[in-house]
Amino acid sequence: MKLLFKLAAKNLIGAGLRTWLNVIVLSFSFLIIIWHKGLLDGWDRQAKNETISWETGGGQYWQENYDPYDPFSLTEAHSGIPPSFNTLVSKGNIAAILITQGTIYPSGRIQSILIKGISSNQKLLKIPSALFIKNSEEVPALIGRNTATDNRIKEGDLITLRWRDVHGTFDAGNIKVIGIFDSDVPTVDMGQIWLPLDRLQKMMDMPGEATILVWNKEEQHSTISQGWKFKTNEVLLKSITDLIKMKSVGGIVLYIILMSLAMLAIFDTQVLSIFRRQKEIGTYIALGMTRGEVVGLFTIEGSLNSVLAGLLAALYGIPLLAMQASHGMSMPGGSKGFGLAVADRIYPAYSLGLIVTTILLILLTTTIVSYLPSRKIAKMKPTEALRGKIQ
Amino acid sequence: MENSTLISIEGLKKYFPTSGGRFTALNGIDLTIGKAEFTGVVGPSGSGKTTLLNIIGSLDSPSEGRAVVLGQSISNLNPKQAALLRRSKLGFIFQSYNLLPVYTVFENVEFPLLLLRLDDNLRRKMVMDSLEWLGMTDKVKSKPAQLSGGECQRVAIARAMVKKPEIVLADEPTANLDAANSHNILKTMARLNSEFKTTFIFATHDDKVIGYLKRKISLVDGKVTMDEIRNN
Repeated sequence: MKLLFKLAAKNLIGAGLRTWLNVIVLSFSFLIIIWHKGLLDGWDRQAKNETISWETGGGQYWQENYDPYDPFSLTEAHSGIPPSFNTLVSKGNIAAILITQGTIYPSGRIQSILIKGISSNQKLLKIPSALFIKNSEEVPALIGRNTATDNRIKEGDLITLRWRDVHGTFDAGNIKVIGIFDSDVPTVDMGQIWLPLDRLQKMMDMPGEATILVWNKEEQHSTISQGWKFKTNEVLLKSITDLIKMKSVGGIVLYIILMSLAMLAIFDTQVLSIFRRQKEIGTYIALGMTRGEVVGLFTIEGSLNSVLAGLLAALYGIPLLAMQASHGMSMPGGSKGFGLAVADRIYPAYSLGLIVTTILLILLTTTIVSYLPSRKIAKMKPTEALRGKIQ
Repeated sequence: MENSTLISIEGLKKYFPTSGGRFTALNGIDLTIGKAEFTGVVGPSGSGKTTLLNIIGSLDSPSEGRAVVLGQSISNLNPKQAALLRRSKLGFIFQSYNLLPVYTVFENVEFPLLLLRLDDNLRRKMVMDSLEWLGMTDKVKSKPAQLSGGECQRVAIARAMVKKPEIVLADEPTANLDAANSHNILKTMARLNSEFKTTFIFATHDDKVIGYLKRKISLVDGKVTMDEIRNN
């Protein structure tokens, strides 16, 4: 086998330009597959990390009637915070959130909005709720940058807010925007306004009640509470996982096209090689190589294209990919509207697993593509091959 | 001629299928060839010379009859056994040299030794010895494309001789060479024959080759018409 590798490498390098053309095409495939997959993995990682930091924490207890996709469920989706959680809420280890619907009137326009009350002392989420503590006179409010931009709201603005309390009575009052936060997670920003939990509970006449309890660490959620359902991060982040999976499937089409091009080049070279090198094949057999060894030699020659391509891709690809991994890739302006955490810059993540899997995939495919035409050698008559007669 | 028989052929026939039936290339050959012979199978084109050499070289098999080479019946060898016989005991010299184009002279000559899995130092020594016999040590790094026809054939002889085979089969070795180069090559082969006692079997219709033969087997339409021992 070692001998076949040695001979194959010699033949491959000796073939000159034909080899290098294949190797260049294949190295592009290597690089683009790793880059594209790395970008998706980086996006996945960033989106999940950001969503955990801003929204889901270590998992959430949902009031049993809460359905984020059904706004009508909100009128029923509130219960008293279980007494066993009160200590953790007061210490800030659980972020309690009460959710209801309302309307704001920025600059004389009307805008439906989701009102979220969050405990001011919570330390789990990046929502800057600590700002509420210093503003006790008016009803302080926090909004995300996108909601602020869409509604032309600035920090310090007083906005009229209308809501409907637990008894079905409409009420209205002014709120003061005390802070505008930047978040890559649209589900804490778009069409939402954040108030102190105690203020909202008072406004809604729902003392001590909440819709969601954001937990600190997933593994500590052992407490079972009547009327509350625990949602793990696996469930809460499913939409991100599904979207990335969908994008990955789309990526497979790209991989197939790239691989097909590269494999076509190798297949073509193999067929041409066997066609043109009949005399050489006959000579190998005359000198004492078995047909199996000659098939092996040609298969290894083809497969070595992918080894050379890997080395070439590493040569120019590592600096390129490393540069992009550190500088990131800027995302288009409209990407916030995806409804999913998309940072301004995505930093691709190139794991060892990704690189090894890609190398193995390409090596395996190249070997198969190289072997298929080489099988013909086993059926050749050496006497005809020696004369260079096409068989 | 020495007594020990290396090749024994009895009633050998070889047919090739054609569109109209079959073509008889060899039609009942009976031959024995001993150690250290310098023999030529001589005849016009289509007389069956190359077919006979191919069968002796285990590259083809008989349709009928027996061909025993170095104690092994060619008909009974499977492709792997045939390859091992060629690898260890037989050397080939072709009309168009059949050197491997991407390899240097050294690597071409080294190739049969690589197949025998000899160690590096021994291989190097054997290659250099072989090239020295042929006067090609100054061309070790050249590629076949950089050599003349005569030089290529000398490399091919070095490749055939490097493993010191029992039998060397040379199919029209001088067909592509001019007269001076042909004589040069033939003298070399005659010297190797007497020095190493290697059996040489030629397929040729070249008078220059015939002039060097110690035994001339004439073949016409697949039959031996004359088998003469010559005193050169």
